[in-house]
Amino acid sequence: MAVLRYRDALNQALREELTRDERVFLMGEDIGVFNGAYKVTAGLLEEFGEARVRDTPISENTIVGMGVGAAMTGTRPVVELMTINFSLLALDQIVNHAAHIHYMFGGQAKVPLVVRMPQGAGHQLGPTHSHSFEALYLHVPGLLVAVPSTPADAKGLLKSAIRDDNPVIFIEHEYLYGQRGDVPDDGDHLVPFGKAAVRREGEDVTIVGISRMALTASRAAEVLADEHDVSAEVIDPRTLRPLDLDTILASVRKTNRCVIVEEGWPHGGVGANLAALIQEQAFDDLDAPVGRVTGADVPMPYSKPLEQIAFPHEPQVVAAALATLRDI
Amino acid sequence: MATTPAARQRRDRSDSGGPPPLPAPEAAREWLATMLLIRRFEERAGELYAKAKIGGFLHLAIGEEATIVGAARALRDSDYLISTYRSHGHAIARGTSPNAVMAELFGKQDGCSRGRGGSMHMFDLARRFMGGYGIVGGNLPIAAGFGLSADLLRTDDATLCMFGDGASNQGTFGETMNLAALWRLPVVFMVSNNQFGMGTALARHSAVTDLQRKGESFGVPGVRCDGMDVADTHRTIVDALHRARDERQPVLVEAVTYRFRGHSMADPEEYRTREQVAEWRRRDPIALWSARLIEASVLDQAGVDQLDAEAVVKVDEAVAFADASPFPTPESLYDDVYVLGDQVRGWYSVDERSPGVHRGEHERAMDVDPRMQEEYDQHAAGPHDSGDAPRPADDAHDVAPGGRTHDGERGG
Repeated sequence: MAVLRYRDALNQALREELTRDERVFLMGEDIGVFNGAYKVTAGLLEEFGEARVRDTPISENTIVGMGVGAAMTGTRPVVELMTINFSLLALDQIVNHAAHIHYMFGGQAKVPLVVRMPQGAGHQLGPTHSHSFEALYLHVPGLLVAVPSTPADAKGLLKSAIRDDNPVIFIEHEYLYGQRGDVPDDGDHLVPFGKAAVRREGEDVTIVGISRMALTASRAAEVLADEHDVSAEVIDPRTLRPLDLDTILASVRKTNRCVIVEEGWPHGGVGANLAALIQEQAFDDLDAPVGRVTGADVPMPYSKPLEQIAFPHEPQVVAAALATLRDI
Repeated sequence: MATTPAARQRRDRSDSGGPPPLPAPEAAREWLATMLLIRRFEERAGELYAKAKIGGFLHLAIGEEATIVGAARALRDSDYLISTYRSHGHAIARGTSPNAVMAELFGKQDGCSRGRGGSMHMFDLARRFMGGYGIVGGNLPIAAGFGLSADLLRTDDATLCMFGDGASNQGTFGETMNLAALWRLPVVFMVSNNQFGMGTALARHSAVTDLQRKGESFGVPGVRCDGMDVADTHRTIVDALHRARDERQPVLVEAVTYRFRGHSMADPEEYRTREQVAEWRRRDPIALWSARLIEASVLDQAGVDQLDAEAVVKVDEAVAFADASPFPTPESLYDDVYVLGDQVRGWYSVDERSPGVHRGEHERAMDVDPRMQEEYDQHAAGPHDSGDAPRPADDAHDVAPGGRTHDGERGG
């Protein structure tokens, strides 16, 4: 094991895959000379040259579209967008093209494209740089969606994403870039899509945390154990498409209670979707309604105190978990 | 207002310095045969749409055959061609069987996109026809991506990206021109200027109507050709491909053409006059080319009639093939949403296990829900006399055999 920061784990994944497969190349705004807005691509231009680490103009839709075309014709592009908000400029290429081309052309063309980008609030970047849109991409058949929360998963999932023949929306998190964690350093560290991680085992309530909220959920579980004598099981789905519903259902069947924590908006969110799946599949196992803790239903405000109350923290997760345990 | 064909023609001549030479007789005949095949195919598709054998939208390329054939014949087999939602002819010109194109229009299993794409989304990977695309301007970045791949994989395959005048106003147009020039990608951009973005005339949708100039500020030089003249189109695209492939200079070609039919079958054509349509029809690309070949004794009238009759036979066969082809099975609904493998073995959709809802990839292995099967059977049975109201039929033939326009007047 090596202790790595999340951004360095991503950097390793890119370096290893660029080395392993010459069809892999990177493109994005300021990923080369500038070393990346969040330094994920630091040093790669120098190592692999400007044909494979390509600084692009600020043209999100066209960068992604070129990635689609390049992926259809034998290469494996990894496109970086500076934040997930900017990916909205590329929605046409992501949804109408990347996600649909394999199906709408009868299975003839593949689109092995990875679109990487960070999301998340907490840096006072206001309403155009701070949102969490995993629910938006979860909505679309044809896309794979990864939401790694640890350095090990960031590395292992990114390597799997690059090797997959489907278009992958790879959602990183601005807050997580500086977080450290153990990363296996023996051989090829791959994390499969569609396999949830149980971060903490417990008996009383299941807490599902998405992206950075997996960390918030784990901290809330500690508070629940220390201060409330509640044993919470924490699950990090790691990928939303494909989704490891079985692991979540098995946990809910054990604890009979569930809270879903996400940073995105409540309406049509990941939690809304998961709650529907859980009540369809495990209604008889539930002793309380499925709880949701989400970002506030507002554009992300700039002012620090306002921003901080606009996305979930441990106390809200603790309260939601306790609410599922009330009156028993 | 749209420039008249005569005015355009004068300018084209001064651009290119005289009429283009004829190709070898065999090629000249093949170009005519393919243009006739596209024309007859499109006419028949229009008729079948009116009979509700074809669903959705249907965009016909009648009048634009020279832009398709002249351009496609400039390509090597390994070059990429990418087009728009008006691309039945592009697939056919690239070598896709008309049977597979017609079957796609019918939504059948043997369609070139297996009934998933329909009229707007033809595709044939083996022939490097890289698709019809339904989003205006959506194909431009993808075309540049093909060029980028060719660069990275060190092939000398070039890409020809065709789109309409309307697409030149999309953001992807400017973004793609800039990137193609910046990275010196081997791509030829060809705007088929058929004078209208749907129902909006060129001068009403583009501040610059000299479309060949719209790439200049991005570093993409422009050139114009007569899109009603298959030889001029061919010569221009050959030259542009040479610049793209060998000099790494992307080029924008404006092919001046006209669509004789409405934007789609659901177009009352209130935005243009009959006189304008009639004037352009006098420059029917098939009539022009037939006349030129007869004049040069490459063919006589009987030879033209023979090619036309052969085209009609091929279209008859395509219709019979499409009729006989089965609809895709209900079990195939979830095929090809994902490339399955170690990573993705299936996925949970709404619900994997409860009855009566879609269950993702595993649906194939299970019995189709009886309610789904009932719905499927009803639609697979086809249009009923009582149910589907007939759609308005368009005029049946645009060109009579032998290169005369539909009112009997000799073109040229």
